[in-house]
Amino acid sequence: MNQTKPKACPITAKHIKVALVGQPNVGKSMLINSVSNAHLHVGNFTGVTVEKTEVLFDYKGYHFTVVDLPGTYAFTEYTIEERVTHEYLCAEKYDLIINVIDSTNLEKNLQLSAELMSMSKKIVIALNMSDEAKEEGIEIDAAYMSTLLNVACVKVSAVTKEGIEELIETVIRVHEAPKEEPKLVFGEAVEEEITTIEAHLQKHKYEANNSYRNVAVNLLKNNKKTYTRIHDNPIWTELQPLVVDARRHIELHHDTDDIQEAFAEEYNAFNKGIVTEVLKQEARVEKKTLTEKIDNILIHPILGIPIFLFFMWSLFQVTFELGSIPMDWIDAFFGWFGDAIGATITNEGVRSLVVEGIIAGVGAVVLFVPNIVILFIGIALLESTGYMSRVAFLLDGFFHKFGLHGQSFIPLVTGFGCSIPAYMSARILKNDRDRLLTLFIIGFMSCGARLPVYVLFAGAFFSQEMAGNVLFLIYISGAFLGLIAAKILKLTAFKGADEPFVMEMPKYRLPSVKLIWHTVVTKTWMYLKKAGTFIAAASMLVWFLSNYPKNIELQESFAVKIEHAANDEEKQRLENLLASQHLEQSYLGMIGKFTEPIFAPLGFDWKMSVALQTGLAAKEVVVSTLGVLYALGGEVSEEDNSLQGVIAANISFASALSFIVVIMTYLPCLAASIVFTREAGGVKYFFYLLAFTSIVAYSLAFVVYNLAKLLA
Amino acid sequence: MTLYDCRKGDLLRVLKIQSETTLKQRLISFGIMKGAQIEVLEHAPAKSTIEVKVSKTRVALRDKEAQLIEVEKI
Repeated sequence: MNQTKPKACPITAKHIKVALVGQPNVGKSMLINSVSNAHLHVGNFTGVTVEKTEVLFDYKGYHFTVVDLPGTYAFTEYTIEERVTHEYLCAEKYDLIINVIDSTNLEKNLQLSAELMSMSKKIVIALNMSDEAKEEGIEIDAAYMSTLLNVACVKVSAVTKEGIEELIETVIRVHEAPKEEPKLVFGEAVEEEITTIEAHLQKHKYEANNSYRNVAVNLLKNNKKTYTRIHDNPIWTELQPLVVDARRHIELHHDTDDIQEAFAEEYNAFNKGIVTEVLKQEARVEKKTLTEKIDNILIHPILGIPIFLFFMWSLFQVTFELGSIPMDWIDAFFGWFGDAIGATITNEGVRSLVVEGIIAGVGAVVLFVPNIVILFIGIALLESTGYMSRVAFLLDGFFHKFGLHGQSFIPLVTGFGCSIPAYMSARILKNDRDRLLTLFIIGFMSCGARLPVYVLFAGAFFSQEMAGNVLFLIYISGAFLGLIAAKILKLTAFKGADEPFVMEMPKYRLPSVKLIWHTVVTKTWMYLKKAGTFIAAASMLVWFLSNYPKNIELQESFAVKIEHAANDEEKQRLENLLASQHLEQSYLGMIGKFTEPIFAPLGFDWKMSVALQTGLAAKEVVVSTLGVLYALGGEVSEEDNSLQGVIAANISFASALSFIVVIMTYLPCLAASIVFTREAGGVKYFFYLLAFTSIVAYSLAFVVYNLAKLLA
Repeated sequence: MTLYDCRKGDLLRVLKIQSETTLKQRLISFGIMKGAQIEVLEHAPAKSTIEVKVSKTRVALRDKEAQLIEVEKI
C-alpha cells in the first residue's frame, strides 16, 4: 500500500465490504491493523457491549470496509461474541468473508472454515502467522489448498506484513469473479443422502436463494432458517419423511443421536484430509514448546497463585501509585483553571455554576483517566500475552464456589482502587451471566474514595493503634460481604444451571504495541465521551441542589454579623455557620430532612442522611459534607482532629458503625453508576443495582445498629 | 473412566461425551470429540480445573465438565 496513491473518490469508487472472521487468538485485529493508511472506526454492535471495529481504506480505486467480527470457535451461540458474529454473518449485507486462520493450528481452525463454506458466500482464506509456522517447521501449500477447497487461500503474516497486498488483490479478484461453490466433501453415507434430497429439490424446481446442495446440507443439519423457509412450501410434505429418514441414517452411521455431532465429525474428517494433503511438518524431536515451559511455572499448582498475586499487586501499585501523580496535576490544573475563569466572571451565580458546577464536574471525570489508561495497558498486556486464561484456570476453583468465574478476580481487585475501571475491566468475562454477576458485586470492594470516610470514623472512635486494624477489618469484611452477596445472587436472581467452563489456553505470544495502544485509546475515549457528558450534567445537578434556593435574608443577617466580628477566628466561625445553615435550607437539606425518618431506624440524623446523599456524587464528598454540616467549613480532611472530635461527641458509636456499613455497601458514586449501567447494558440494571444495594445496605445497617445498641 | 479420574501426563482417547448439545458443540469446536486423542497437562489446586491438550490446542475444563467426558488410556 502506497501512501502517495490518490484517494479513491467515495462516490465513484467501487465498494467492497468484507466481514473478517476467525477463531479467537488468530491475530485478526493485528492483521487489519497492519494495513497501512487505514482508518479505524470503533463502536458497539447494536444492543450489546461488544466492540465493533471497522477499518476503512482505499486500494486501486476500491473503497474497502472491513468489519472485524468478534472471534468465534464455531457457529455455536455460546458467548455474546459468538452470537454477534453469527447474527452478523447471517443477517447483514457484505460482499465477502475473509476467514483468518492460525497457520500453526490448521486443523482446529478449519473447523470454523468448514461452517463458513456452507454459507454460500464468497470466501478468501488468510493463512495468518505464516512466519511463526515457518519457525515451527510447518509448510502449507496454499495453492494446492485453494484447489482442494475451491476457495482462494493466501499466506499472510500480520507481524512481518508479508502477503498483505496479495490478500487484498485476491479479495478484489474473488469479488469481481462470479461466485464459486466451495468444495466440501462429506463421507459416502452423507453424500448419498445429499444427492437424494438434491434430486428431490431438482424434480420439484424448488426456488432456493442458494444452491440445492447447500439447502440439502442445511436441512440435514436442522438449520432453523432453511427449515422455516421450506416449511411453507408444498414440497415439504414429500420432503419431510425423506429428510427425517436421511438424518436417522447419518446418525446411525455415526453412532450418535445428535445430528450436529455427526456433522462435526464429518467436518473433522474432511479437515484432517485437507491437512494431510497440504501441510508438511518438518520432523523434529518431540521437545517441550516454549508455551509448555512457561506454563510449567506460571500454572504450577503451588507457585502459580503466588506469582499471579505478585503480578496483580504490581499492576495495582502502578495503577494507583503512579496514577496518583498525574491525578494530582489534573486536580491542580482544574483548580487553577476554575480560579482563573472564576476571576473573569462577575455574576456570583454564574461564576458558581461555571467553577463549582461545570469545571469541577468535568475535572472529576478527567481525574480518573490516568487510572484507566495504566490499568488498561496492564490488562491488555495480560490478555494479549495469553496469561489471562491462566488466571482463570488458577482461580476458578475458589471463585466458582461463590458462583463467580476465575477471571472475576481482576475486576474485583480493581474495585479496591476505583469502581470505574473495575466495571470496565469486567469485559474480560466473555459470558453474559458471569459478567453481570461480577458487575453487581464490584461495589462491595471498597474503593479508594471511601477510605477518607473510614479513616475519619475509625479515628473518631478507636485509638490510634486500633484504627489501622479497624480499617483492615472494614476492607476484608467488604470483600467477604461481596462474595456472600454473589452466592446469594447466584442462588436467587442468577439462578439456573452453571454455564460450562471450557476455555482455550492460547499460546504465549509477545504483545503488539500497536494493538495495545489502540485498545487503550479506544477504551479511554469511550469513557470520556459517554461517561463525561453524563457525569458533568449530574454534578451540575448536585451543585444546584446544594446551592439553591438562595436565602438573601440569611446571607444578609450573617453579613452584618461577620462584619461586626471581633476577630478572624470569630469571622471564620460565622462563615462556617452560614454555610451550614445555607445547606440546611437548600434543596439538598430539604431532601435530607425529608428522608430523616427513613434513616432514623439506622440511627442517622438528617446531617448523616445528607452526607450519604452527597456521597452519591462522589464518595470523597461525604467527609467534606459532614464538615460543612457540623459547621467546620468545607475544607476539612479526614485527619482533622476537630472534625473527629465533633463526630465523636455528636454521633453515637452504634450510629457510626451503621454509617460505615452503609458506606461499604450502598450505591457506588454517580460516575461509577453510569459506567455500570453502560457495561451492564441497560438502564434497568441500574435500578436493579439501586434496589439490591439499598436493600443490602439498609438491612445490614439496621442489624448492626441494633446489635451495637444492645451490646453497649 | 472419565477425564476427571485421570492424572497429569496421561494419554487418552475420547470414547463419548455425555452432555447436552451446547457444551458438546463447544467441546467439539476445540477438537474434543469421539475418537480424539488428548493428554492431561496440568491440574489446578484441588483438581477444580484441568488442562488438556488436543492435537495442538490446550483447553481448560472444570471438574464438572471433565466428568462428562468418557475416556480410555492408550
